[in-house]
Amino acid sequence: MWQQILPGIRIKIFMTVVLGILYPLAITGISQMLFPHQANGSLVTVGGKVVGSELIGQNFAKPEYFQPRPSAAGNDGYDPTASGGSNYGPTSQKLVDRVKASIDKFRKDNPDYTGPIPADLVTASGSGLDPDISPDSAAAQTARVAKARGVSADQLSKLVAQFTEAPDLGLLGEPRVNVLKLNLALDEQFPRQ
Amino acid sequence: MTSSGILQILLFFALILVCTKPLGAFMTKVFDGERTFLHPVLRWLEVLTYKSIGVQEQVEQRWTQYTGALLSFSIFGFLLVYFIQRAQGFLPFNPQGFNAGNVSPDLAFNTSTSFITNTNWQSYSGESTISYFVQMAALTVQNFASAAAGIAVAIALIRGFVRQEKKTIGNFWVDVTRATVYILLPISIVAALLFCSMGVIQNLKPYTALVTLEGAKQVIAQGPVASQEAIKMLGTNGGGFFNANSAHPFENPTPLSNLLQMFLIFLIPAGLTYTFGRMVKDTRQGWAIFAAFSVMFFAGVIAVYHFEQGGNPILSKLGIQSAPTAGQAGGNMEGKEVRFGIANSALFATITTDASCGAVNAMHDSFTPIGGLVPLFNIMTGEVIFGGVGAGLYGILLYCILAVFIAGLMVGRTPEYLGKKIEQKEVKMAMLAIIATALSILVFSAISTVIQFPVKGYWNPPGPAIANMNNSGPHGFGEILYAYVSSTGNNGSAFAGINANTPWYNLTLGLAQLIGRFLFLIPLLAAAGSLAVKKKIPSTAGTFPTHGPLFVGLLVGTVLIVGALTFFPAIALGPVVEHYLMNSGKLFSTIFTLPTSIWS
Repeated sequence: MWQQILPGIRIKIFMTVVLGILYPLAITGISQMLFPHQANGSLVTVGGKVVGSELIGQNFAKPEYFQPRPSAAGNDGYDPTASGGSNYGPTSQKLVDRVKASIDKFRKDNPDYTGPIPADLVTASGSGLDPDISPDSAAAQTARVAKARGVSADQLSKLVAQFTEAPDLGLLGEPRVNVLKLNLALDEQFPRQ
Repeated sequence: MTSSGILQILLFFALILVCTKPLGAFMTKVFDGERTFLHPVLRWLEVLTYKSIGVQEQVEQRWTQYTGALLSFSIFGFLLVYFIQRAQGFLPFNPQGFNAGNVSPDLAFNTSTSFITNTNWQSYSGESTISYFVQMAALTVQNFASAAAGIAVAIALIRGFVRQEKKTIGNFWVDVTRATVYILLPISIVAALLFCSMGVIQNLKPYTALVTLEGAKQVIAQGPVASQEAIKMLGTNGGGFFNANSAHPFENPTPLSNLLQMFLIFLIPAGLTYTFGRMVKDTRQGWAIFAAFSVMFFAGVIAVYHFEQGGNPILSKLGIQSAPTAGQAGGNMEGKEVRFGIANSALFATITTDASCGAVNAMHDSFTPIGGLVPLFNIMTGEVIFGGVGAGLYGILLYCILAVFIAGLMVGRTPEYLGKKIEQKEVKMAMLAIIATALSILVFSAISTVIQFPVKGYWNPPGPAIANMNNSGPHGFGEILYAYVSSTGNNGSAFAGINANTPWYNLTLGLAQLIGRFLFLIPLLAAAGSLAVKKKIPSTAGTFPTHGPLFVGLLVGTVLIVGALTFFPAIALGPVVEHYLMNSGKLFSTIFTLPTSIWS
C-alpha cells in the first residue's frame, strides 16, 4: 500500500504545477497575443469608455431601443456576476404568470404589431445573458422604435436586416440579431432629436 | 423538427464517425507504449513525470495494486482540492477577494468529491464563489486527472480480456501519465486556442465594471475560461467556469464553438470503442459497441428534439409562436439561448447525458417533461451511450458481461465474451456495480422527499429537504431525483432550480458521487483481475458471436431493461405524470419561499 501513496502525493503536486499553473498561464499568454479582443471579453468601447461586451446582453427598457429577452440573472436581470436561467418547469405557475406579464407589456408597448409573439421574446434564456434576439423578435419591435426615433419603419428594417447574423457556416445554429450592436448602430445612424 | 436541425445532428455524428478510427488507433499505440508522431515532441514530459513521481515504466501491477494506486490518486486529489478552496483567501490570482467564507466546509467537500469523481456537479456559482487560482490549480487539474483515471481503468479492463494467465493488468501511474501527456493535454491546447479565437475569454483580470447604454451599472465576470473549457468538454467533466455553464456566452459564444464542444465530448469515448477493438484484435467487436451506442444516441436525440420543438402547450395558448419559422426557432425557448435554438439545445442535452459530461447549454429544468426525461434516463442507464471518457467503455463492457450472461442462461451454455468464460465472479461484480448505484439513487431520493429539518437549522436551513425545490408537483420531485441520478452517475448536469448548497444535500450528493464512482470502478477492476488470469478458449460453432446485429440488439435491450425496470416507478412519479398534467393544462405553485436559485 505504501508504495502507492508516495507517487499519489508526488503526481498531484506535479500535475498541479504543469496542468494547473503552467498550462493555463501559457494559454493566457498565447491568447493575449493572438486574440486580445476575444480573450478580454469582446468589450465594446464608445468614446473611449467601455459600454458593454458584444457577447453579454444588457438591459434595455426605453422604447427607442430594441429590447432583449427577459433575464433571470440576478435580481434585475442581465447581471453577469449571477448568470443562470429561471429553472421554472413547464407546469410552473410562476413561469406562466411571468410570460403573461411579458406578453401584456409587449402588446401595450407595441400596439402596431399584431402577429404572434416569437417564443424567444417572452422566455428567459439559460444564461440570463443572451446577447441575441431572433430576427422575428427584432421585426416585432421596429414599429415602436421607429416611432420613438422619428424615422421610418423601412429604414429600421433595413438596419435590422444588416445586423442579422446568418447561421455559422450557413448551417450551424440559428439566425440572430445582437441587441447591443444593433442599438449602438441606432444611436449612431438615427440619434434621437 | 426542421431539416437544418436534422442536418446539424447528422453533421455532428459524421464528424465523430470520421475521427473514431484514427484516434482509436492512436490511443492503442499510446497505451501499448509504442512510438507515435507525438513522441518526439512530448516523450520528455512523460519521462519527466515518471522521474518526478518515482515510478518505473516497465513495472506492472496486479488489480489490487492498480486499485490502490487509483484510490491514492483520488484521495490526494480530494485533499488538495479541499484545502485549496478553503485557503483561497491566502492564495494568488484572486482579484475578487474570495475567501473561506465563500466556501463552507460542506460545500468544499461536495466540490472536491465532485471533481475527483468526474461528476463536476456544482452546488456553487463559479463567478461569485471561487478565485481564478481555485479554478486553475484545483479544478482544471482534476478535470485532467479524473478523465485520465477513467481512461486508465477502461484500458486495464480491456487488458483483462486480452491477457491470458497473467496476474497483472498494467501500471496505473503509467496509464494515467500517457493518457494525460499524449491525449488530453495536446487536444486541450488546440481546443483552448480555438475556443479563444471564437470569443471564449482567457485572462486573469478583475471583473470589468461598466455603465451600459441606458446608464445602468454592469459588472462583467472575467477569468481563465478557455483553458478550462477545453478539458471540461474533452474529459467529459462538465463543470462550468460560470454558473450558467455552456449556456454562458463567455464559455460558448457561437454555434461553431457549440459544435466544437459537442464534438469534444464524444471524441474520446467514440475513439475508445476502436481502441477496444484493436486491443482485442477484432475491430468488429469495437464497431458492435459503437453501433449500440449510436442506436441509443439517435433514439434519444430525436425524442428530445421532437418534444422541445413541440413546445409547451400551456404557453402556446397565450399567443406565442411555437412553430419554427425562418426568423425564429419556436418551440420551448425557456432556458435556451437564441444562437443555439431548439436543435442544438436538444442535441447538446442528449450528448452531455449520454456521456458523463454534464455541461449544459440550456437549462434542463425548463425542458418539457419528456425532453427532460431523456437526459435523466440517459444517466440512469449508467451513461453507456458513448459515455464518459473511459467510463462509457467500462460501463458498456459491464453490460456486455450481463448480456452474454443472459444469452447464456437462455440457451443453457456457459457464457463467453472475447474468448473468456464469464463465471460467477464476473457476473457478481457486474451486479454489485449496478445494484450499488441504483441503491444510491433510489434511497437518497426517497429520503430527501420525506426528511424534515428545522427551519434555519444547520443541516438544511430552508427546512424540510423538499423546501429546496424551485418547482412543486411532479417537476419538483424530478429535481430531487435528477440530483441524485446525476451525482451517482457522475454526470453533473442538473434540474438546476434545486438549491443544493446546504449541508444535507452537499454531503449526501457527495456520498452519492463517491458510491457511483468507486463502487463501480473497484468491482470492474476486480473483474479485470480475474479475467486476466483465465485462459482463452477457442471459439466453436456453439459460441455466441458478439459482433453482429443480434448481439447489438441484445446489448441495447439489456441496457434499456436494466435501466427501465430499476427506475420505472421513479420516472412514472416524475416526468411521465408531469407530461400528462402539462397537456391537460395543470399548473403548480411553489409552496415554499426559496432563496435565489443557483445553478447547482
